[in-house]
Amino acid sequence: MAEAVLNTTQFVVFVLSDEEYGLDIQMVNTIEKMIPITRVPKTPSFIKGVINLRGDIVPIMDLKERFGLAMTEETEETRIIIVKFEDIQMGVIVDEVKEVIYINEEQIESTTSLAKEGLMENVLGAGKVDDRVITLLNIEKLVNISVKEG
Amino acid sequence: MDMSQYLEIFIEESKEHLQGLNQSLLQLEKNPQDVPILNEIFRVAHTLKGMAGTMGFNKMAKLTHDMENVLHALRNNEIKVNTNLVDLLFRCLDALENYVNEVVTKGTEGNEEYTEIIKGLDAVLNKNHAKDTVVSDAAAHTANTSNTTDIASTANTANTEGEKDAIEHITSNFKMNQYEHNLINKAIEINLNVFKIIVVLNKGCVLKSARAFIIFQTLERHGEIIKSEPRVEDIEDEKFDFEFTVVVISKRDAESFQKELMAISEVDDVIISTLHSNEVEDADEIKSEAQEVKTEVHQEENNTDVEEHQKVQTSKSNIKTGKTVRVDIDRLDVLMNLVSELIIIKTRLEGLEEIERNQNYNEVIEYFERVTTSLHDAVMKVRMVPIETVFNRFPRMLRDISRNLNKEIVLNMSGEDTELDRTVIDEIGDPLIHLLRNSADHGIESLDKRREVGKPDAGQINLRAYQDGNNVVIEVEDDGSGIDLEKVKKKAIDRGFVNKDAAKNLSQKDIIDFLFKPSFSTSETITDLSGRGVGLDVVKTKIETLGGMVEVDTEAGRGSKFIIRLPLTLAIIQALLVQINTEKYALPLNTIREIIKIKPEDIKQVQKQEIILLRNTIVPIIRIGERLDVPPSDKENKLLTVVVVKKGEKLSGFLVDNLIGQHEIVIKSLGKLLAGIKTIAGATILGDGNVALILDVNSLAV
Repeated sequence: MAEAVLNTTQFVVFVLSDEEYGLDIQMVNTIEKMIPITRVPKTPSFIKGVINLRGDIVPIMDLKERFGLAMTEETEETRIIIVKFEDIQMGVIVDEVKEVIYINEEQIESTTSLAKEGLMENVLGAGKVDDRVITLLNIEKLVNISVKEG
Repeated sequence: MDMSQYLEIFIEESKEHLQGLNQSLLQLEKNPQDVPILNEIFRVAHTLKGMAGTMGFNKMAKLTHDMENVLHALRNNEIKVNTNLVDLLFRCLDALENYVNEVVTKGTEGNEEYTEIIKGLDAVLNKNHAKDTVVSDAAAHTANTSNTTDIASTANTANTEGEKDAIEHITSNFKMNQYEHNLINKAIEINLNVFKIIVVLNKGCVLKSARAFIIFQTLERHGEIIKSEPRVEDIEDEKFDFEFTVVVISKRDAESFQKELMAISEVDDVIISTLHSNEVEDADEIKSEAQEVKTEVHQEENNTDVEEHQKVQTSKSNIKTGKTVRVDIDRLDVLMNLVSELIIIKTRLEGLEEIERNQNYNEVIEYFERVTTSLHDAVMKVRMVPIETVFNRFPRMLRDISRNLNKEIVLNMSGEDTELDRTVIDEIGDPLIHLLRNSADHGIESLDKRREVGKPDAGQINLRAYQDGNNVVIEVEDDGSGIDLEKVKKKAIDRGFVNKDAAKNLSQKDIIDFLFKPSFSTSETITDLSGRGVGLDVVKTKIETLGGMVEVDTEAGRGSKFIIRLPLTLAIIQALLVQINTEKYALPLNTIREIIKIKPEDIKQVQKQEIILLRNTIVPIIRIGERLDVPPSDKENKLLTVVVVKKGEKLSGFLVDNLIGQHEIVIKSLGKLLAGIKTIAGATILGDGNVALILDVNSLAV
């Protein structure tokens, strides 16, 4: 493939409230259909609970709630993307998974100016592919939350 | 061959040996005349020296060597056992332990040489040198006697010698292939010596393949090994008894090999025969040939007495080593996880309702259940370790403490064979050390005080372990002064934990609870051992993370008792599943006292706390649903279900909507991300594949 040159990363592109986001495919373990989530008390509202992922207990985060985006209904297309950073495994709920694309380093623009509050620090940059703008998320920051019962 | 693969064995074995030495030394101090114990110490020290030497830890070998000299003198009655000497030997052990720890962390023995200890050992020996001649006389005498006994024993066994030879040197019976023949013939043609060397290792040798490695190395320095029986690979894997045979081509003569090989410790015998070209043709006949240059050199230390003792020892340990396998704990965890999965599936199968159940189906399920239960038990058993491994370092520790504090303390231990899960064993040591020190320091009174109140001089500390249902109980009991409750209360008021008025109404339990608060110490003087305010709170936290609890019983003037309750296993438990609105939660069955139904009007208010009366005991009611932010259900129940749980001795009533039933559940962690949630102890996967959370009774109950 012509695009597959150095400095190119593959991203999983998904939709949150009609906007496109991307996650580095290296950090994505699997993509699951919605399964029942068990609520865990005393957690922030964006932690939806835990699921049984083939014997492992995996916490699930709602990214729309985390970023303060408009809420959408669960549909047939709703997915849970299981990401793994170092030894932390976590699932994130997304409206739809679209595709896997290659994004060249030069296509990524810094986003310190244009991101929404609460989203900014979780963003690596904005990937411009043709006329689309894909917000690329920083997984390290996403999983780096400490949930303590206050 | 690579040494690193032996490092782990070396570490494990050294630790075991050091532990054994500690115990034997304690016994020796008590019975200085006990010859078998002394021999045992000598034997273990010798093995340690050999192992250290094998691994190339020369400083460690030197220290053990010097220690061995002292032990040797002890055994020959040249010096007498006294407290100072035992102290010195204990310091040796500590130094050796430091070496081993250094090896654990860095892979080398470090630079410390413990010259002071070595000097101390030398000094002990030199004291005797004044009577040098006497000593050497005595040594000569012992040498003599050992020689005579040797001869006697050889005479005794002479009849069977022939047979034994055939059996013993099985490895010397091998055929060489054409290539090897050619090689040997060529070597002989150019005047090189070809030897067949049978090496017999000491039966007590623990690192056989490492030893063999050293022997191979020595041989290869001066020649070339062209054949080995068993094969080198098998020797590396320890797939040989205590002997092996090699064929070596070298310029050197048999005697120099003999000398060099015998110098390697734990080599019992080296039999070297020279091969000539005609023999090579018929290797089988070699054995019967007369050219065997057989020289048996017994290691000088092997006086018959020790040998006999060794035989007994090795036959004992042989049985053990033959039947045990060291397994990485991670592998066991994997096995454990798989068994857990199986249990989940079993529960799931039992729960299936849609399919048509018939007799056959039920039988299969029952059988399946039996097998999984046995499998689970078996895996659990593999993970179980006797608590002895933790207990056995305490006698030594208390000896040091009592000397330090100038108190006479006797430690009585029982139930060392009680078994606990490996994960618990690893964690339980420190809390117990804390409690024992506590008893020795705070509990047992000083000698003067004990005499004053008419107690025997020696304070008693009892360390007990026993199994109680699904729990293991460990008790640390002393016959000291007991906990001074007034002093604790005063301190608690001073520290602001409680105000003066409220303090009057505190029960004994409440007061004792203060002891477990962080930075709370009643010791007025800070000693090496305790009084720094770190201690009991750490003990409590540790025990609680292990899923256990600590209770205290104390009586002024009579002593106190710390009781630790630990779950037998941390992985699979019996639990009661309850429903709150639509959510399902699991409660560990061992925390549940009983389940009662009450009417809503039975709940009374006392100081804003809801309570019920249960057979005249006040039991606080906790609305679990509210505590867990479960949306309240619309249904009004005429009868409320209360699960009465116990936290220590205290009862609490958890209000739930529904009981689902008792299940065997597999505890899974919520993971790093959600580890901070105190009310939840973990999660489990239910038969339908959904997740249920396990409630942490300790943090929910009042």
